[in-house]
Amino acid sequence: MGTKVNLISGRTIVQGRNLDSKMSEEYFDEVARCDLNKADMDKLGVAAEESVKVKTSYGEVVVKAKEDAGTPEGIAFMPMGPWANALVSGDTHGAGMPSYKGIDAEIEKSGDKVLHVKELMQTYMG
Amino acid sequence: MVEVTDVVCSLCGCVCDDIVVEVEDNKVTKVKRGACSVGKSKLMGHNRIKSPAIRVNGELKDCSYDEAIKKAAEILAASRRPLLYGWSSTVCEADKVGVELAEEIGAVIDNTASVCHGPSVLAIQDVGLPSCTLGEVKNRADLIIYWGANPAEAHANHMKRYSYVSKGFWTEEGKKAKKLVIVDVRATKTSRMADVFLQIEQGKDYLVFSALRAMLYGHEDVVPDEVGGVSKTDLLETAEMMKAAKFGATFFGMGVTHTGARHNNIVNAIQMTRAAHTHTKFSITPMRGHYNVAGINQVCTWETGFPFAIDLTRGYAWYNPGELSATDLLIRQECDAALVIASDPGAHFPGESIKHLAKIPVIQIDPFPNPTTEFADVVFPVAVSGVEAEGNVYRMDNIPIRLRKLIDSEYPEDEEILKRILDEVRAIKEKEGN
Repeated sequence: MGTKVNLISGRTIVQGRNLDSKMSEEYFDEVARCDLNKADMDKLGVAAEESVKVKTSYGEVVVKAKEDAGTPEGIAFMPMGPWANALVSGDTHGAGMPSYKGIDAEIEKSGDKVLHVKELMQTYMG
Repeated sequence: MVEVTDVVCSLCGCVCDDIVVEVEDNKVTKVKRGACSVGKSKLMGHNRIKSPAIRVNGELKDCSYDEAIKKAAEILAASRRPLLYGWSSTVCEADKVGVELAEEIGAVIDNTASVCHGPSVLAIQDVGLPSCTLGEVKNRADLIIYWGANPAEAHANHMKRYSYVSKGFWTEEGKKAKKLVIVDVRATKTSRMADVFLQIEQGKDYLVFSALRAMLYGHEDVVPDEVGGVSKTDLLETAEMMKAAKFGATFFGMGVTHTGARHNNIVNAIQMTRAAHTHTKFSITPMRGHYNVAGINQVCTWETGFPFAIDLTRGYAWYNPGELSATDLLIRQECDAALVIASDPGAHFPGESIKHLAKIPVIQIDPFPNPTTEFADVVFPVAVSGVEAEGNVYRMDNIPIRLRKLIDSEYPEDEEILKRILDEVRAIKEKEGN
């Protein structure tokens, strides 16, 4: 049983530097991650750089956890990109904009591998 | 070595135009000053798509531009419901050809606004936008509010060039004589600079806008002790700062466009700005992301009457975000082919929408390989606008600026590829007698 969080996503400067270089290791290291408050990290029993599985009603991904004091307890922040968006519904409620922020999610410690960009995109095919 | 001054950055909506670079042997070798680290990264360059390619048995196989043009035109001519998407990281000249292509083939044309400031566009159509240029903000504003935005990471030069840190005609003391208010869910690099940081509960922006509106209209008695995680005391302090400002400027980001109330958040933000007008001068501006997302909104508007999510299949322009936005079309599995240019839906669309995009024929026009390339069926490498090609773009405050060409490219420009696809589509249609 994981911890319930409110998932949001957004830009980071390293993500921005790699906007035109999304197949790079630097982009992977920066974007395939989830920032959590220390209290939530302790609750999950994960240390920094350990993997967590983030699940919503629309998908699940494995990413590296990172402790961030600026992220409040109960909030999970993922840099915008393919890993965060794998968890987002395409439904815009007739308004044209998907709900990229404020998604009910569940996080648990995971021993699974973090999928690389190419591997993640492969999951959409077939 | 040649030093080039007044270089214009083609990365984010700030479109900084005071960059100095060094060029040697047809390469940008150094960014000397003016650019933030994100812009510098763009100017110095990245790995490129090397050759046009067509997917055969699951693998992209290099081909000639002629072969790729022919294949792309065949896909678009045969499509019953094509989607032409992106357009924000290229120049207006290419965007104009894109609208012509959409009209010719009867397509839905949408741009990246639909996943960033689309809700802002809807709100502006609803209640207008009391805004001003970034130059006005630089020269006049003594109170800056960033709401649901983290410019220190997302628009790294914005504060330095245009707002809190900049020095202007009537703001010659810079930040010493200015106040900074940050409203955000997370404490960020930006919030650490703030005079007042309102850390709000996620999704409660609408309530906090309403509380400040009430206070600005003199009705603080109706505001409870806490609104959206913010104390009434902090809200009153912010309202007093707004009233006392000579000129206030609010900038808002995707913290407000991406959450529950969507465009209603922005309507309320604009109404809060109006409430501030009962005391002083105040403006509000969306923090546009791509360097020319404002420009594709301009081009679509002057060509079709509407800024995004436009259906041109009926013989006249039909606008309905929520039905015709790219993500909506894709989750309904409505489009049967797509052309993606100057954007990366593979990285930035919801997974649910990508599933359909990965199934249909996709034509990609882009200088750089990205997640969209992984499922694209026809790929065109192109010149990088602002480095290898010139053209007009619109800054986030809708000021047109011309990008400069710094070096020659071995690749064609976006506009040329689009024109060639358009010509080929017309030739196919003529042959078929349509």
